[in-house]
Amino acid sequence: MKSAVIVFPGSNRDHDIAHALKTVTGQDPVSVWHADTTLPDVDLVVLPGGFSYGDYLRSGAIAARAPIMRAVAEFAASGRLVLGVCNGFQMLTEAGLLPGALMRNEGLTFVCREVLLETVSTDSPFTRNFAKGDVWRCPIAHHDGNYFADADTLARLEDTGRVAFRYARDTNPNGSINDIAGILNEGGNVLGMMPHPENLVEALQGGTDGRRLFESIAGAFAAA
Amino acid sequence: MKARVTVTLKTGVLDPQGKAIEGGLAALGFAGVDSVRQGKVFDVELNAQDAGAARASLEDMCEKLLANTVIENYAIEIL
Repeated sequence: MKSAVIVFPGSNRDHDIAHALKTVTGQDPVSVWHADTTLPDVDLVVLPGGFSYGDYLRSGAIAARAPIMRAVAEFAASGRLVLGVCNGFQMLTEAGLLPGALMRNEGLTFVCREVLLETVSTDSPFTRNFAKGDVWRCPIAHHDGNYFADADTLARLEDTGRVAFRYARDTNPNGSINDIAGILNEGGNVLGMMPHPENLVEALQGGTDGRRLFESIAGAFAAA
Repeated sequence: MKARVTVTLKTGVLDPQGKAIEGGLAALGFAGVDSVRQGKVFDVELNAQDAGAARASLEDMCEKLLANTVIENYAIEIL
């Protein structure tokens, strides 16, 4: 499985995600600079975590309008896989590739700790190795992770199995509506999530709960 | 031509920063503050032919970047 990680000024989890992809798939992803306008021939594009453009204007807002994002939108429209983690999730909503918005955490503080996630939808290339209701550990580190969508959008997400992950019961760290931690687009080929599965893929990091997400993606291509 | 764009959170969207400011005002002893909502102001200088063209251009800017219309409203004022 070939992958690319887009690097923006202020990205800081690009190496983490590259390490996770290498660890699980055995292949190094290609780094693509935000000012480029074309993507290499890959199966997966990742928008990494960090603080692109210092979170100026709104988190992910400037990055979402970067030159490479037109190619990312076309890539997603063709049904290929796009994963946005943390700042990458914020970019996907700002770019209109996922609905809703990520607002300041309800408690106003930056939250950096481990949470428990519940897998809600297993019907996507990102979540196929999980079982519905699986609860797993995952680190979070964000200031703007409070997911918001209007009532119609929320109902559509819930009714069509597009909520991928929720913060497990009573552990919502940011005020996110319906405890949403990650959502899928209509085609199930774009996933945005605030938690960092790439930071829990080997024993040295304290656990391997995050591996399954990358194994799901790799497996989707092995099966194809 | 100078213009001012004001971006505010839509009604019904929780504004934790506004709430914190509300708490700060109360702590300073300001009584009778029912609610505070925080927003953003952009002062934009444009090279436009007339106010109509400037407004149209600013509306486009708001829709595409200055505001996130999922959660925010915007108001344009030509100065």
